[in-house]
Amino acid sequence: MTGAALRAFVTIAIALAAGVLWWVFSLALLEGPGERLAPLAAEALPRSGVGNPVTAVLLNFRAYDTLLELAVLLAAVLGIWASGPPDRGFAPAEIVLAGLVDWLVPLLILAAGYLLWVGGQAPGGAFQAGAMLAAAGVVLRLAGTPRAGLPRGDWQRVLVVAGVAAFLAVGLALMAIGHGFLTYPPGHAKWLILTIETAATLAIGATLAAAYVGGSPPDGPPGEDRA
Amino acid sequence: MITALLYTAAGLLLFCLGLWSFLMHRPLLRKLIALNVMGSGVFLVFVALAYRGPEGAPDPVPHALVLTGIVVAVSATALALALGRRLEEAERD
Repeated sequence: MTGAALRAFVTIAIALAAGVLWWVFSLALLEGPGERLAPLAAEALPRSGVGNPVTAVLLNFRAYDTLLELAVLLAAVLGIWASGPPDRGFAPAEIVLAGLVDWLVPLLILAAGYLLWVGGQAPGGAFQAGAMLAAAGVVLRLAGTPRAGLPRGDWQRVLVVAGVAAFLAVGLALMAIGHGFLTYPPGHAKWLILTIETAATLAIGATLAAAYVGGSPPDGPPGEDRA
Repeated sequence: MITALLYTAAGLLLFCLGLWSFLMHRPLLRKLIALNVMGSGVFLVFVALAYRGPEGAPDPVPHALVLTGIVVAVSATALALALGRRLEEAERD
């Protein structure tokens, strides 16, 4: 097939697929909500330990799913680290940008803590808070901090696995005392969820910041940074 | 209902534009951007499906999926960029 014919073929095929998809989704929307998981989630919300339905779905009803998503993040950052050392990064910032960074990074960390706490009752939670921490890391790296505010090699590894580790530790401990894996006992759900979310926030923030740095963390004794 | 339909249509449009771009362009970076546009389309459809009108609370399950999906998409993009950079270096050597 020539280039032009291929182009026309792909365009027509995608247009047809778009038509079919639109037909399916508009039918689904016009039919109304029907049997969905939302009423089930709303009904179980008072027993979930948190007031925000999205957090309840993430950390309680579908906790397995969230655990595996954190594992996907971990796998991605391991792949990035395996691809070799990072670029050197940018030159240290001049006075104006450095001054801005001095203000911005503490505010971002504060906002991350707030989002983590408020996630129990209102929109917020580990993923938003982690993204805030990662944004602080990106700002630091753009301003010339080579490691984006992350600790040295070994601690960086600890941070990156913290989310999956806390999740698994809570799940296995619950199994050991006779509940199901990640089946929170009533009354303790809130604090277990907050523990997991705190570790997940640190892990997500460290993972995304490490992903932005884009290479393996430096090893070796302190003071011999390859920056 | 018209709001949800509008958002679904926009999501489908983004998905199809991304798919076309993904298939028609050769450079890896363009494919990666196209893939992200497709992902944004999927997220938009999910959010539209969760909409329950201005009064009703939205369905939390698609919201949770989109929330984790965004973070996973960002880290997968970072992995793809790192691999692409290595590929470029290997081709240059």
